[in-house]
Amino acid sequence: MRDKNAETMQKYHNDFLREVEANVEEGDWVHMCMQCGVCAGSCPLGDAWEHSPQKIFMMIRAGKREEVLTSDSMWMCTSCYNCIVRCPRELPITHIMHGLANYAHRLGIAPKMNPTRRFAKLFWNNIVKTGRVNELKLSISLYFMDGFTNGVKTSLEMTGMGLGMLKTGRLDAMGLLRSHGIKDKSGLHKALKKAREIEDARKGLS
Amino acid sequence: MSDEKKTAAYICKGCGLGDRLDCTELTTIAEKEGKAEIVREHEFLCNADGVAMIQKDIDEGANRIIINACSRRAKTEAFNFENVAMTRANLREGVIWSQPDTDDARETTQEMAADYVRMACAEIKFMSIPEENPEHGSNKRLLVVGGGISGMTSAIEAARAGYEVILVEKTGTLGGMAAQLYKRVPDHEDYADPQDTGVPEMIAEIGADGLITVKLDSTITRTSGAPGQFSVDITKESGVTETENVGAIIQASGFTNYDANNLPHLGYGKSPDVVDQAGLEALARAADGGAIKRPSDGKEVTSVAFIQCAGQRSSKKGELSYCSGHCCNTSIKQAMYFKDANPDVDATIIYTDLRTPGNGEDFYRSAQKKRVIFTKGEVSEVTTSGDELEVKFNDLILNEDTAMNADLVVLATGQVPNSGVNIEAATPVSVDEVEAAAEADESRINTEVDTGTVQEVSVLNLTYRQGKDLPHLRHGFSDSHFICFPYETRRTGIYTTGPVRRPMDIAQAKEDATGAALKAIQAIENSSLGRAAHPRSGDLSYPDFRKENCTQCKRCTVECPFGAIDETEDGYPLFNESRCRRCGTCMGACPVRIISFANYSVDTVGAQLKAVDMPDEFDEKPRMLVLACENDAYPAIDMAGMNGKRYSPYVRIVPVRCLGSVNTIWISDAMNSGYDMVMLMGCKHGDDYQCHFVKGSELANIRMSKIGDTLQTLNLEPERVVDYEVAITDIDRIPQLINDAAEIIENIGMNPFKGF
Ligand code: SF4
Ligand code: SF4
Ligand code: SF4
Ligand code: SF4
Repeated sequence: MRDKNAETMQKYHNDFLREVEANVEEGDWVHMCMQCGVCAGSCPLGDAWEHSPQKIFMMIRAGKREEVLTSDSMWMCTSCYNCIVRCPRELPITHIMHGLANYAHRLGIAPKMNPTRRFAKLFWNNIVKTGRVNELKLSISLYFMDGFTNGVKTSLEMTGMGLGMLKTGRLDAMGLLRSHGIKDKSGLHKALKKAREIEDARKGLS
Repeated sequence: MSDEKKTAAYICKGCGLGDRLDCTELTTIAEKEGKAEIVREHEFLCNADGVAMIQKDIDEGANRIIINACSRRAKTEAFNFENVAMTRANLREGVIWSQPDTDDARETTQEMAADYVRMACAEIKFMSIPEENPEHGSNKRLLVVGGGISGMTSAIEAARAGYEVILVEKTGTLGGMAAQLYKRVPDHEDYADPQDTGVPEMIAEIGADGLITVKLDSTITRTSGAPGQFSVDITKESGVTETENVGAIIQASGFTNYDANNLPHLGYGKSPDVVDQAGLEALARAADGGAIKRPSDGKEVTSVAFIQCAGQRSSKKGELSYCSGHCCNTSIKQAMYFKDANPDVDATIIYTDLRTPGNGEDFYRSAQKKRVIFTKGEVSEVTTSGDELEVKFNDLILNEDTAMNADLVVLATGQVPNSGVNIEAATPVSVDEVEAAAEADESRINTEVDTGTVQEVSVLNLTYRQGKDLPHLRHGFSDSHFICFPYETRRTGIYTTGPVRRPMDIAQAKEDATGAALKAIQAIENSSLGRAAHPRSGDLSYPDFRKENCTQCKRCTVECPFGAIDETEDGYPLFNESRCRRCGTCMGACPVRIISFANYSVDTVGAQLKAVDMPDEFDEKPRMLVLACENDAYPAIDMAGMNGKRYSPYVRIVPVRCLGSVNTIWISDAMNSGYDMVMLMGCKHGDDYQCHFVKGSELANIRMSKIGDTLQTLNLEPERVVDYEVAITDIDRIPQLINDAAEIIENIGMNPFKGF
């Protein structure tokens, strides 16, 4: 694999834009942004993150590879779809945000301690195991993500909700012991492996 | 038609006039005080029967007609009689619709109506029947000066309408600036790619058109005459001069590219790889669809940066303060030259505001699809480092100072109009102004001279007393009210079109040039009938002056906004009636009051204001006189009435052609007659003037500023004469101004001259 992380980008030339177009889901749309700022003004998390979609897109054109890919902004996207609905140029902003996050993650330069990134990892590992989400295991691993003490504290805080979910059948009390997986687990794993191969080949990753 | 005056007055009782007014009294007034030979009342004067009744009287010899009914602006088709002088007393909009229908108000409402009847009867005594100007010419040929897109379009359009055209171009080929382009911004669906300029096709069409005569390598060395009868010297480079007669002139002298040498901080002149947009067109034409090479070493350009608004929209001295309107689209087009030849070339457009009028939005989107990079930024400097250029700028989205490298930098500089010499830099616009400036020891004149854009060479070489070229408005663009009366300049029968009027692109210039051709045709046709061109289109009256009383003060010749008056060798004004717009500004200017029109004069208005029945000081009924511009102020007052706005019954309103026609004698007459206040209502003046005669309201304002001193010497309060700028939309404000005047009078007291 070429070390893309070490490549230097020419400012305001097309270098990084081309990389994004080739490797990021819906990245092909970035050049259509007209910098109107409607997305930035529409995002409910606008204050919470450092770079609005508008800025992220401008940074891509400005060749700020490092800053974009290590940004935690796209990890903060809640997929509310406000921006997509309003963008006058009809960019699939939400998808680009997730695409960028995924690309940064695959390159290994996404912010390590970003909680959404960590949750996404837990979720993925949980679901691919059996093909179905095990809610109990997922919640517990989430609560204990930041260590044992924190985990106990969070678990206690969440007891009420947990009981409620049990009562309504949303949580399997025996979840730690058994999992309702899908029938053809190995088939799923094979399919996922193949999909990753195809994607990696396309993105030039190994 | 006999010369004998026979006056007929008609009083309409329709539209509620009969109920609200004592028409019998009005009839008596018209008969006894107005001395009208015929006075008739009618139930609905504007209906077929009423009109037939009037026509019958006219057929039997009545030639001075007074319609006492609705406003002169209403029912103009019904009350349209040939070969008579006519006036109209505004009893409907001006009286019953502006006054409350109450018992209390009945008396003052009737007084108003009675006065308007008196005024109309007084006015008609001084009116005669306008006849066509005997000096008119009927040449229907059109001269187009300038063979660029605008000039070629005007010529083609006029020829298509059946008019003969002489097209004069100073260079050896037609096509102008557009011929220098590799391609143009698209003008048709899907607005995605640069397209051919279309110049060769236009040149071919002109060549094949038998109505168009082209004169290349030629300039205009003398223009004299008037609409319908211009005489023009066309001189070839070789020095040979021919004289041609034409009916109207279109000046399409275009623009010059702003001199980028004024922008050394952007690298122009320091590196051959910094070019302006015109420079890039030359490179693109050389490449002809292949890779564009940079001038310094012939290397194929791999990255290019466009800097928008270079030397434009700037407050720096020597730079243009305006937006040239085309350059954003032009840079987008030029960026496509690179992208279309090789998509791997990096093309970056650095802008502060991307302005893509027309269908430019689609074009912009298309450039984005082609991966042109757009970045919102302000460029501070372009420097050379090795064989690369560095563009330093502030990225306005990312809010940081940054820089990029490029092989080639293109500056989007603007258009400077080729509008000829700025005649107002040398000539004052008003005699009073010169005096006022001398007194105040500060010059109010020539404040608008934009030294960056003044040109030395005259385009038309007019023999007009007021100067060789068309007056400029701002930034050297020729004065042509771009909203109300586009193309019309302050020289009747001469029209400007294209970038000499305002900055524009090819698509706009074509549309503009078509409009100008139509305007020129309108002028040609009007003048061949001896009538006025716009805005009093069709008016037959024209200024007449009594030479024997002229003091040669030169006020009329200097102040005519349209340069219609030249000077004879022995110093008298020489009226060119066909150039005249009939504003009456000369009439307002003349200190000895010897300029008049058949149906409009110092006497027609003077008689009206003196005809009102002036209550004495102890009646507690003040009188305000409003002299209202008939273009905007008077219609606004009518509309106030139509909308049921109430105003003081103590006001008497007289329409005037333009505030410029207000002679100060009317003010002193009004004061002597006992009016407590005189209000002038006219259009906005100044740079963004709305005056239909350009300078009229401004000149009135200057004259009124002098009246203040006169009033003071008479021991009258200067508040008694006020000058308001009003707009046609001021239908709430004008009644308020009138009512406020009643209050002012309460404060300063009645005019002490009442009853003298
Ligand atoms: S048209 Fe564009 S480049 Fe030209 S002055 Fe306006 S904004 Fe600037
Ligand atoms: S509409 Fe014309 S004048 Fe107005 S900003 Fe746009 S380009 Fe400039
Ligand atoms: S009426 Fe107006 S346009 Fe005509 S000569 Fe007088 S000032 Fe000039
Ligand atoms: S303003 Fe009157 S007095 Fe003066 S030059 Fe003109 S016509 Fe003669």
